[in-house]
Amino acid sequence: MQTGSDRKVKIAVRGLDLFYGDFQALKSIDMDVAANKVTALIGPSGCGKSTFLKTLNRMNDLVENVRITGSVQLDGEEIYKDVDVVDLRKRVGMVFQKPNPFPMSIYENVAYGPKIHGIRKKADLDEIVEHSLRAAALWDEVCDRLHKSALGISGGQQQRLCIARTLATEPEVLLMDEPTSALDPISTLKIEDLCESLKQDYTILIVTHNMQQAGRISDKTAFFLLGDLVEFGSTEQIFNKPKEMKTERYITGRFG
Amino acid sequence: MRNLLDRELQQLNGEILRMGGLVEESVEQTIIALRELDANLAQSVIAKDDLIDSMESRIEKHCLNLFALQQPLAGDLRLIGASLKMLTDLERIADHASDIAELSLRLVGSPAGTVPADVFVMADKTRKMLRSSLDAFIHQDLEAARQVCDDDDEVDDLFNSLILDRVNAIKADPRKVEVSIDIMFIVKYLERMGDHATNIAEWVTYNVTGQHGHMQHPEQHPERDRLIGEPD
Ligand SMILES: Nc1ncnc2c1ncn2[C@@H]1O[C@H](COP(=O)(O)OP(=O)(O)OP(=O)(O)O)[C@@H](O)[C@H]1O
Ligand SMILES: [Mg+2]
Repeated sequence: MQTGSDRKVKIAVRGLDLFYGDFQALKSIDMDVAANKVTALIGPSGCGKSTFLKTLNRMNDLVENVRITGSVQLDGEEIYKDVDVVDLRKRVGMVFQKPNPFPMSIYENVAYGPKIHGIRKKADLDEIVEHSLRAAALWDEVCDRLHKSALGISGGQQQRLCIARTLATEPEVLLMDEPTSALDPISTLKIEDLCESLKQDYTILIVTHNMQQAGRISDKTAFFLLGDLVEFGSTEQIFNKPKEMKTERYITGRFG
Repeated sequence: MRNLLDRELQQLNGEILRMGGLVEESVEQTIIALRELDANLAQSVIAKDDLIDSMESRIEKHCLNLFALQQPLAGDLRLIGASLKMLTDLERIADHASDIAELSLRLVGSPAGTVPADVFVMADKTRKMLRSSLDAFIHQDLEAARQVCDDDDEVDDLFNSLILDRVNAIKADPRKVEVSIDIMFIVKYLERMGDHATNIAEWVTYNVTGQHGHMQHPEQHPERDRLIGEPD
């Protein structure tokens, strides 16, 4: 199994197995996630992409009967041993497939995380909110209604708000699970542009069912199938000449 | 799954082969026209060039549509990309066949033996290269593609010796200058046809392996280069 070889590895996964009860959803995954790169996770529904993403910030801990073995290191630290979960979730932020803004104002949505992490001064919060909304390419669209309900903006705006909310806690890694699956092409492109500009500061993993999107935004692509990491390589290589027949069949739409 | 794309790809394949067949026919006929100095045949090669040009633009459009509408990846992407590139090479070969036909027209009426026998040896090898490159495409055959590239070396050698031969002929008898220049052009067009056949073989290799290595050997021909400038 290839692990890829980039200069700086942000997350090193080795021999990762995950069971939901008796069902093995991830099978001995080895992967080096390169720092400041966008890594796309692709594969058919149910192959374990979301499960894998969630192991990286221990969201699976909440699931009953889940059993995880193997090693996941963030900057060399074992996240299932050495790292406090709250601290981990601050460092590894997640954006879900469906935008899930809190039922409060736009401002409060973004300020929520920093407040929990102890930031109280209004001036500081104002600055974080503006900075995060700008980084998520949403500021211009909402700056005149920051104190209106977040539920009153469009789906694409909500998704970018959720990204802003995640950025506000200054994570190092951004996990995005199909962040554009419900968005129109313009909002989609905004989020894609965002990935490109954010990768200077963040390491990004994105699950997508859209091959063209994976091609547009990612540096590396990982193809999962039935819990196996079948192929992991540069996006250019995967979309031009995959090494594995299974990958070829999947990305050319000839599966099943 | 992807029945539609598969059908389109099959159709594209058929279009390329039909065009390849026409180009081959042009090359064969231009060689005969040159050997027999047959003006009618030469004219029909020239006339066919328009048909081949319009085929090229139709297939080109088909490829671009497939890119736009089907967003092909991996093997599909390579096949359409390689087809698009091959098209240009096929069209150029046909152009050169027509160029040679025009020169044949100028030679009509010259005495037998005006065109040296080696020109026909070279023409025949070039024609075979085209045939093999199309076979390599049909069967996605790397070995056949490799062979085309090797054959190109022989064609290049014949080119060099024919050019030197013409230079000497001109020196020996300056009255032969015009005919010799026509023959030099013919030889040059044949050499370019060989290069385009080699390109086709290289696109087959790319389609199969994902790697487009230039297989033409970077050779040095100081004598030729001094006489006629750098090959393009
Ligand atoms: N909480 C759970 N309990 C039991 N099985 C689960 C649970 N979550 C996921 N699974 C199973 O694990 C496998 C992987 O699920 P996962 O959600 O990771 O797939 P996915 O690749 O993200 O699919 P999709 O593209 O549809 O989102 C599936 O077979 C799924 O049914
Ligand atoms: Mg999922």
